[in-house]
Amino acid sequence: MKQTKLFSYEDKDTIIHRLSGLTKLICFLLLTFAAMFTYDIRVLALLTLFSLFIARISQLSFRRYRIVIIYLVVFMLFNFILNFIFAPNYGVELFGTRHELFTFTTGYVLTVEQLFYQLCKIVKYISIMPLGLLFFATIEPSEFASSLNGIKVPYKACTVFSLALRYFPDIQRDYTNISLAQQARGVDTSKKASLKNRIRNNAKILLPLIFSTLDRVELITNAMELRGYGKYKQRTWYSRRPLMRNDYLAIALCVLIFIAVLVMRFAVTKSMFYNPFI
Amino acid sequence: MKEPIIEFKDFTFRYEAQKQPTLKHIDLTINKGEKVLIVGLSGSGKSTIGNCLNGLIPFVYGGDMSGSLKIKGRETRELSIPELSKTVGTVLQDADGQFVGLNVGEDIAFSLENDNVELSAMKKAVTKMAKLVDMEAYLEQSPLELSGGQKQRVALAGVLVDDVDILLFDEPLANLDPATGKTAIDLIDQIQKTTGSTVIIIEHRLEDVLYRPVDRIILIDEGRVVADAAPDQLLASDILIQKGIREPLYLSACKFAGINIKEQMHPSVITALQLSVSDKDRLRRWAIAHQVNPALHLKELLKGEKLHFSYDGKKTIINDVTFMIKSGEMLAIIGKNGAGKSTLAKLLVGFEKEDQGDILLGGRSIKEDSIFERGQKIGIVLQNPNQMICNTMIFDEVAYGLRNAKIDEKEVKERVYEALKICGLYEFRNWPISALSYGQKKRVTIASILVMKPQIMILDEPTAGQDYRHYTEIMDFLEKLNKGGQTIVMITHDMHLMLEYCDRCLTLVDGQIYFEGMPSKVLVDEKITLKANLKKTSLYDLALMIDMEPEAFTQSYINAERSMRHETD
Repeated sequence: MKQTKLFSYEDKDTIIHRLSGLTKLICFLLLTFAAMFTYDIRVLALLTLFSLFIARISQLSFRRYRIVIIYLVVFMLFNFILNFIFAPNYGVELFGTRHELFTFTTGYVLTVEQLFYQLCKIVKYISIMPLGLLFFATIEPSEFASSLNGIKVPYKACTVFSLALRYFPDIQRDYTNISLAQQARGVDTSKKASLKNRIRNNAKILLPLIFSTLDRVELITNAMELRGYGKYKQRTWYSRRPLMRNDYLAIALCVLIFIAVLVMRFAVTKSMFYNPFI
Repeated sequence: MKEPIIEFKDFTFRYEAQKQPTLKHIDLTINKGEKVLIVGLSGSGKSTIGNCLNGLIPFVYGGDMSGSLKIKGRETRELSIPELSKTVGTVLQDADGQFVGLNVGEDIAFSLENDNVELSAMKKAVTKMAKLVDMEAYLEQSPLELSGGQKQRVALAGVLVDDVDILLFDEPLANLDPATGKTAIDLIDQIQKTTGSTVIIIEHRLEDVLYRPVDRIILIDEGRVVADAAPDQLLASDILIQKGIREPLYLSACKFAGINIKEQMHPSVITALQLSVSDKDRLRRWAIAHQVNPALHLKELLKGEKLHFSYDGKKTIINDVTFMIKSGEMLAIIGKNGAGKSTLAKLLVGFEKEDQGDILLGGRSIKEDSIFERGQKIGIVLQNPNQMICNTMIFDEVAYGLRNAKIDEKEVKERVYEALKICGLYEFRNWPISALSYGQKKRVTIASILVMKPQIMILDEPTAGQDYRHYTEIMDFLEKLNKGGQTIVMITHDMHLMLEYCDRCLTLVDGQIYFEGMPSKVLVDEKITLKANLKKTSLYDLALMIDMEPEAFTQSYINAERSMRHETD
């Protein structure tokens, strides 16, 4: 049985990979929040360049994530069209001017303002996307739980998370076995069966799956108890990498970017959008 | 100087949900540095003793407790699981399920993490323990990349980091292939010698544990200690057999030959066994008297031709496999974990599709048949009945496949009743499945396949986790089915099963058939045992001891054992 990777961690040795998981998490959050706080296309464009640069030095292979990227692009296009259909005049309202380009029917007039607004939105997605891929591609799954705990998420919640990663493939394998054994006895969960039957048949798989999962849970809980889990309010993490000079530098850089974005947003432009029309 | 480390005094325990106590008036002392084997049937209370030692009782499984249990002089009920875990390290039966880390290092460190040990000290301790169990090259590996034996080593390292005084092994051999089991027993022995800890092994595979010496064997039956003696003394008595524990094969052979086993003969270890000249003579005569080779002239039923299979297109799991299954035979598929046994079975029932090759049933290719169409011809019983049972009532569960095939309800009823009768479940036909024991559930799953009247029935590890009594029950039942004409294929690690019940065996090594033929040949051939991670049985050594050809001697044993079994039927 092959391992199903929930996180497509790529084991490479780059300056980014060598950072501690905690650093990666903090930087990811800082940059994502920075991008969320603004629609300023100049800022977003810079952020995009920055994240593409980071992706470059971490040797992120976009080809590996082709499917994810295609999904995202399709989603963005869909979003782009829907945006126009539901609020064709939002750009005009936002920027206060009206430069008409093309009239579809009455009420559906394409304006430069609308196009610009939607462009800002797309750039915003594009600035975040490589960061997300980068985060999941460079953080080791086992480091992730310890990093969460590092930003003060309670450790029991973190363990639940790492156990989910640990046992997900097992439960998936159980599911496949159960499902195949049932198909051998004539249960049809494929598209040939009627929807009602498919739902009923899938529910039949749940019963054995729940029972075998409950057995598993009892075993894991005992195994953890027997090794002193939950004894203290704190615990340490074997997979945590201590913070090095580069970690502090990376965090400092991201904090600076974050502050710069806030300054732009609240002190310089004083608005969500950069308005080229006035 | 004997210093007691574990003391049970008039100790009784009843689980909350049960009416009767599981442990009754246990008086038992285990001394520091001793190595003790606890044997008993499933449900005898032997695992409950283990749970009392590590604190799962009373802190996780509650109930009534009376009498006293002291570990290092302190009552366990006044301690806690974390406190006890510093003294008693438990290695559970299921090495995979107890692997809580995402990689080896993390799993070994788990207990240290909970103790807030600082990172660099933790790394040092983990490396040291990994070295001790010979796993230091695997620290970064995920559990999915490890074998069962390796996971067990990791589990052992994970309790050794706590510097425990007592090591408790709950059925350490249950999920391991024969050769790995042997290594595990060696490892336990070696760890005890280096650490000087007290070792308690709970296991019903007596002969395999005795491969390395133990100080005492404690026999538990119906919640009581019925024997507590040195191995030689215990094996010279009949009490193990009476209580349903399998004795070592070589002793069975000696007893078949009418040799009276005495303590002075050192019956606990084959290499130390003392047989007199007349005993040897007796054994030889017995073996010669049973030397008939069973003639098997069975027709070919299924043929696999040049099968190839790979999950990912890179690593070949089944490599050019050609074999046949004969009509009416009992066939064993053996080999180490990952050799492709289960995958081969999956190809036969259509769960996976071969990349190349063909499967012919009765001369017709079944390659294009759907899973359900194949399921009616070749049925598979999974190892864990909980993965198969999907109805709440016994009748419905057995009727399930027939109803899905839209068979007339009247016929369904007839066929279900017939299957239930064969499986000895007819009286329970209106019961909910939840009221059944594990062994009975297993039989329900067999009935639910049998009812489809498949031409071939495949069973994945039919006796895994079963003690000797239940093993015999299941296997005698399968043998009866087989005698009624049912072709049976079993995937197994259990060499006793193969020797005693199967007509032929397929040995897989790295996705290829390494040997196909009589079971008596497999376990005496050093090349095969080495390649397939099997181990030679003690019959081999016994045969050498009396200057006989091991293969012929093994065949004599098989013949004698089978005719004995059929007499008692």
